[in-house]
This record gives sequence, structure tokens and C-alpha cells, in this order.
Amino acid sequence: MLLSVQGLQKRFGGLVAAKDVSFDLAAGELLAIIGPNGAGKSTTFNMVGGQLRPDTGRVMLAGEDVTGLPPRLVWRKGVGRTFQIAQTFVSMSVVENVQMALISFHERTRDLTADATSLYRTEALAILDGVGLTEMADRSVSELAYGDVKRVELAVALASEPKLLLMDEPTAGMAPRERAQLMELTASIARARKIGVLFTEHDMDAVFGHADRIVVLVRGEIIARGTPEEVRADQRVKQVYLGETGVQAALKARRAAQA
Amino acid sequence: MDPAFIVVQALSGLANASSLFIISSGLTIVFGVTRIVNFAHGSLYMLGAYLGITIVPRLLDIDRTPTMFFAGVLLAALAVGLIGVLMEVLLLRRIYKVPELFQLLATFGVVLIVQDLVQKIWGPVDIAGPRAPSLRHGIQIMGQRFPAYEMFLLFVGPAVLVLLTLLMQKTRFGVLIRAATQDREMVGALGVNQAMLFTGTLFLGAFLAGLGGALQIPRVPANGHMDLSIITEAFVVTVIGGMGSVPGAFVASLIIGLLQAFGILIFPKITLVLVFLLMAVVLVVKPWGLMGRPEATANRAVLPEGILSLKPFGTGERLVAALVVVALLAVPLMGDAYKTKVGIEILAFALAAFSLNFLVGAGGIVSFGHAAYFGIGAYAAGLLVVGPLKLPMEGALVAAPLAGGLAAALFGYFVVRLSGIYLAMLTLAFAQITYAVFFQWAEVTGGDNGVVGVWPSAWASSRSVYFYVVALLAVAAIVFLRRIIYAPFGYTLRAARDSANRADAIGIDVRTHRWLSFIVAGAAAGLAGGLYAFSKGSIDPTLISIGMSVDFLMMILSGGLQTVMGPLVGAGFFHAIKDFFMPLTDFWRFFLGLSIIVIVLAFPRGLVGAVDAGREALAHRRAG
Repeated sequence: MLLSVQGLQKRFGGLVAAKDVSFDLAAGELLAIIGPNGAGKSTTFNMVGGQLRPDTGRVMLAGEDVTGLPPRLVWRKGVGRTFQIAQTFVSMSVVENVQMALISFHERTRDLTADATSLYRTEALAILDGVGLTEMADRSVSELAYGDVKRVELAVALASEPKLLLMDEPTAGMAPRERAQLMELTASIARARKIGVLFTEHDMDAVFGHADRIVVLVRGEIIARGTPEEVRADQRVKQVYLGETGVQAALKARRAAQA
Repeated sequence: MDPAFIVVQALSGLANASSLFIISSGLTIVFGVTRIVNFAHGSLYMLGAYLGITIVPRLLDIDRTPTMFFAGVLLAALAVGLIGVLMEVLLLRRIYKVPELFQLLATFGVVLIVQDLVQKIWGPVDIAGPRAPSLRHGIQIMGQRFPAYEMFLLFVGPAVLVLLTLLMQKTRFGVLIRAATQDREMVGALGVNQAMLFTGTLFLGAFLAGLGGALQIPRVPANGHMDLSIITEAFVVTVIGGMGSVPGAFVASLIIGLLQAFGILIFPKITLVLVFLLMAVVLVVKPWGLMGRPEATANRAVLPEGILSLKPFGTGERLVAALVVVALLAVPLMGDAYKTKVGIEILAFALAAFSLNFLVGAGGIVSFGHAAYFGIGAYAAGLLVVGPLKLPMEGALVAAPLAGGLAAALFGYFVVRLSGIYLAMLTLAFAQITYAVFFQWAEVTGGDNGVVGVWPSAWASSRSVYFYVVALLAVAAIVFLRRIIYAPFGYTLRAARDSANRADAIGIDVRTHRWLSFIVAGAAAGLAGGLYAFSKGSIDPTLISIGMSVDFLMMILSGGLQTVMGPLVGAGFFHAIKDFFMPLTDFWRFFLGLSIIVIVLAFPRGLVGAVDAGREALAHRRAG
């Protein structure tokens, strides 16, 4: 198993943000965590990524215990991540953003003499090609449309050849067409390279159209899990989260995905 | 120890704490609402004292009563409140949206202007104020005499706290101040007249500063150094208490007051150091002070105020660089001894400014105390040559960057844990510690007089030869630093500046890289200081003063901190102007302050930034 999360628990004062959260994720699989606001999605996500240390429980990555490691060491173990609001190096060009990730990957960040503009440029261009950004390589990130910035972030996350991608609301703030494109791109890359993807999302199209499996969190607890079909049909999920409109949206997304 | 003595010492510490709180509460309220750290708050305090010694005696001439005394104090405070209003309307409301560095510099411009105005109006001599009628006697406490006025002061601070709390809880103005302190954008959304709120806040803040100053007149004579000495203490109080928190300022004032009262018994010479150490420890444990709240970070992608895209030198730039080097080499041949001396100073400053922009421009680390590393380098070189070791110049010039780098390693360890305005405050605090140590440790450093007789080795004793020594070392160091900016390490610094979250998520240890950059910049500034020391033959504590740090910031600002080479142009420009105009006027500080404000308001991108913008516009027109 690529990622195995076992009994994670986190309290903030009197509030239990995550309670006995456990799930597994296989290589090449897309797993979505959904749930209402404040359900503990971000908390769970940040415990896997290293931003938060769980009170109890374990995070195993390819059989190795990574619980409580800081984000930069979790990254070294092969976990790339994207943020809800895209985080890029805005003073740099698109290709330099990816080069920066490669410089870090090759442990050259303390190099005082090499010419950074040409370092790993070829490799970076190849990665940009994979996400369809070749033409924008030398433009400044600050000039790009938001959908393209999200793809830059994906390219940066892929630069270290991760085993696992963590994507916090990958399509937030994007136009509907861009959303579908980004999710298709992510899914195809993940399946082709056997990368596991763990993502949180509010957009039903993204979740029910692309996830292989879904975990539903409510008030810090997992109330349902399974394939999109199973979760869509679950009465409790309908009751506390999706509602009638959510179920309809999910159904539409499934049909579109199967068509 | 005698218990009576301890009680009196504690009371005197509490009286100081009380005064400190009155002043700091104003600073922290103004910061809470406007998010501006008002350097000129100390100047308002000084104006309160000077207006006090002007108004109060006149009123006492009419009627020698406590009523008249306190009426005079209140009048002085109200007048300072109005000066605060003027300052808000003329300056502050134009800089609410600009980066913190610019705000700090602009309000420091006001400090300089007020210094010269005060000297013009009241003269350079200290002026003792009248004592308060009916409070001139001493009170017997356990057999010890304690001044009645101190006892009175002891109650003013808590009274101000109670009044401020009532104001905050019971009035609409107070509620708005609290709302703005907690969430600025919210207040805008409520449709509150922001201009009125901000002006009113400045009135309140300035009134408190003025009150603090006017209440001091029976204790200390009004003098021209009151502004900077109080502002550093007030900074420390607001930072320890948490910026924007009035109760925090109260608690911090108490701690500082007592620490000073008893610290002076145990370590008479290093009370200041104790205070700043406390601040460093508090900030490391609680980065937003005892009662402060974390600044809500803007999650939007904003372009940082610093070096943006890096372009390698084109043919034109290479040509300019070559010409500059040739011109440099010609200075000792063509110019007289004086021009050579100015050339040496400019070279040393250029290196210091370049190293500062390495931090500010590339790393986003706004150091407000870069003079510390410059000064430590200068002192290390000077003391090694003149002191018991009698090292030759060559050894001293090796030691200077080592000393600067070591100091930067020590201070930087704490500094890089913070960000934004807290980081700037801590760098300033460390520079002030350094200043205090070199000023007070007279047996070693010569105190106020400094170190004299710091001359180059015999072979370099001619000014021309020493010029070439400086040119070689400074240019080599600048070329090396520039290389680093274009190297992976420089890119990593910019990456950490642009988005610390993203950098962390691609495996970059942000803190360690920032620390290393702080050390590199400190070492370069130390070398610059060492080179400067031998050019003048003497060193004194002004090399570490806030004024020196501001000079360096002005150099990178006037050159353009978004550019790599701008600081060099800025250093040449700034020092040449200073050297030319300073002997011509008694109002140098006034004009410097004014130019700082003009640059911040009108030319925030500096000279090289303006040239770049012009070239872009030209290219645009040709293309279009």
C-alpha cells in the first residue's frame, strides 16, 4: 500500500477536529476526501503533509513511518503538494519555478556559484511539456491566468517525481472548463506514472467524475467510504452532506465520466 | 539587601513603568489601527516635553498651583495631539498601503525633520522644567525618602489604562478602534468613515505621547536626544506586549520598569542589554508578543517589494560596468586627496549597501539595523590594530568580515524566526544593543570618543594605494555577492521570500537558508566596516547608530531595491549628495528627512528602477 493512514486524531482545545481517521491509498489511485466545511478535511490533509502533528495515529508512506515529520522532509520521502490558493514563486518565470524545485530535489540550494537560470532547464522544460505549458515557459508567473498558475503548481509538485500528490481543493477558484481540464490532466498523469493522489474538493464534478474512491468526513469522523457509486447511493451521506441537489450533481458527474 | 531599599527601588521602577506605558499605549493604538509603526512617536514625546517647559512656566507665573501645572501639561499634550493630526493628514494617509520598510523610513524622515526644528526653536542646550507645586517634597517609606512626584506618576499609568479601557468599551470611537485593530478590512466593509477614524486615532496616539513627554519635565530636562532613546524603549514594550494590544503594553511596561530598576543593581552597565535580551527571548517563544495576535497573512499572490526577474548583463550593461571600473581606477590619478577619500568612503558604503540589498531585495529580510554589522567590522578591525594585539591591517581586514559574520550568526539566529514588522523591530533592537555595548563599554571601546589611530600598514599608508586596496576588496566582494544572487542559493532566497509555504513544500529549509544569507550579508558589511575604519583613522559609535542604518536603507532605496545594481548607484548618489550639502547647511537632517519622504512618496523604485521603467516604456513604444 502506498499510503496508509491509521487512527489519526487531532484536538484543538475542546474541539475534536479528527477522530480515528483511517484510510489506504494505492499507487495510481485517486482518493477524494469530501465533507461539509469544518469537517476536518484540511486537518487530516495537513497531518498527512506534515503541517500538523497528529495527537495519536500513524501515517505510513510505502511502509515507512512519516508521522510528524516536517513538510520538507515529507516531501523528500516522495510527497508533492498543491495548495488551495496556488503558491508559486511570483518573481520567477514558469520554467524557473520548476527549475527551483529541481534545484532543491538535487540538493543544490546552497550552491553559490552555478548559474541558476540554465541549471536543470532542459529537465524543467520536459516537465512543463507534460502539463502543456511549454509555450509559457519563459513568461513570468505573475502574468498568467489563474488556471495556468494552477498547472505551474502541478508541474512544480511533479518535479521531484513524487509517489504521492496531495492536492488541497485543486480546482478552487477556477472556471468550470479549466476545472475539468486540470482534473483530467491530473488523473492521466497519476495513472500513467502510478502516482497516488489524495485530494479534498467541494466541486462535485471533480469528485464524482475523477476519484476512484471517496472518503466522507463529518465532524472529524469518517461516516462513509467507497466507490463514487456507493457514496452517491449512501443515505447518510445524502442526509448530512450532499442533499438532493448534491446527489443529482453527483449522478450527472458519474454519467459524464462513464460516457 | 535592605528591604526598605528594595521597596523604594521597586516603586521607582513602577513609576518608570507607568511613564513608559503612557507613551507606549499611544504607539500600540496607532499601530493597531493604521498598521504603521510610527518612528516619529518619540518625536511627539519630545515635543510634549519641549511644549511643556514652554507652556507650564507661563501658567505657573499666573498662579503657582498644581491646577495650573497640570493644565499646562494637558495643553502641551493637546497641542501634540494636533501635531499628530497634521502628520496623519499630510503624510500617513499617503502611505497606508505601501510596504512596511517605506512606512518606517517615511516616519523616520519625520524624526529627522523634528530634530532640526526643535534645535532651531529651542536651541541645542538642555532645558530644565519647573517642578510641580505641592509635589516637590519627599515621602517617607520605611525610613527612605521617595519623591512625591514619582509617587504621583506611579498612579497615572494605571489611570490611563482605566480611561483607555473605558474609551474602548463604552464609546463608538473606541469600539471602532478595537474593530480596526482586529480586522481592518471589516471596518472598511461596515462603511465607517475611515479617514476620520485614522485621524482620530493619530490624535489619541500623539496626545498620549505628548502627555508622557510633558509629565517628564520635573524629572528630566528637555533635550534633543529624548526622541530616539524613548522610541527604542517604546518599541520594545509594544513588541513584547504584542503590537496593537494596550493591556499587553501595560504588562510589558511593568516588566521592563522592574527589570531596569533591579537590573541596574546587578548589572549596572548592561541594563539595556538585559531589556533587549528579554525582547529576543519573548519573540522566540511568542513571535507575536505576550498578548498580540498573528498578522493575518495575505494569501493572495502579491509581487514582493524586492528584486524581481534577473537578467544577465547585456552588452550595454557590460560597457557601463567596464566604464565604472576604469573611472574608479582613475580617481586617485585624476582627483585630489579629498576626492580619493570620498571615493574610498563610497566604495565601502557601496559594499555595505549591496550586502543590505542582498537581504532586503533578494531575501525579503528587511533589516533595520544593518549598521550593527558594519560597525562591528569597523570596531573589530580598529581594536585589533590599536589594542594590545597590535595586529597589522592585513590581519584586521580578515577579522572584520569574520566579526560581522559572527555577530550576524548570533543575532540572525533569532531574527530569521520572525517576519514582517516584528523582524524589522528585532533587527533594530539588536543594532541598539550593539550600540549600547560599544557606547557603554568605554574601557575597551573608548565609549563616546571611540578608537583613534586606526591607520593602514606602511605599504598602504598613501591614500592612493589604500584606495586601490579598498577598490579591489570591495569590488571583489560585490562581484561575489552578485554571483550568489544569480546562483541557486540566491534563487532559493527569492523562492523563500515569494512563498515560504511553497518553498517548504519543495523541501527547502527556509529558516536555515535565511540564516545563512544573514551571515553572508553580515560578513560583507563587516568587511565594508573594516575598510571604512582605515580610511578615517578613527571609529566611534555613530557607525552603529540608527542614523547609519537608515543611511544604508536610503542608499538601496534611492538606487532602487528592485534592482541588483541599484544599491551601488544609490550609495554613490547618496554619499556624494551628503558630502556636498552637509557642510553647506545647519539643516542637513531637515533636508535629509524631507528627501526620504519625497523618495518614498514619489520615487519608490529609485534611480535605477526609474531608468529601467523608462527603457521598458521606450521598448514598448517602439514595439507598438
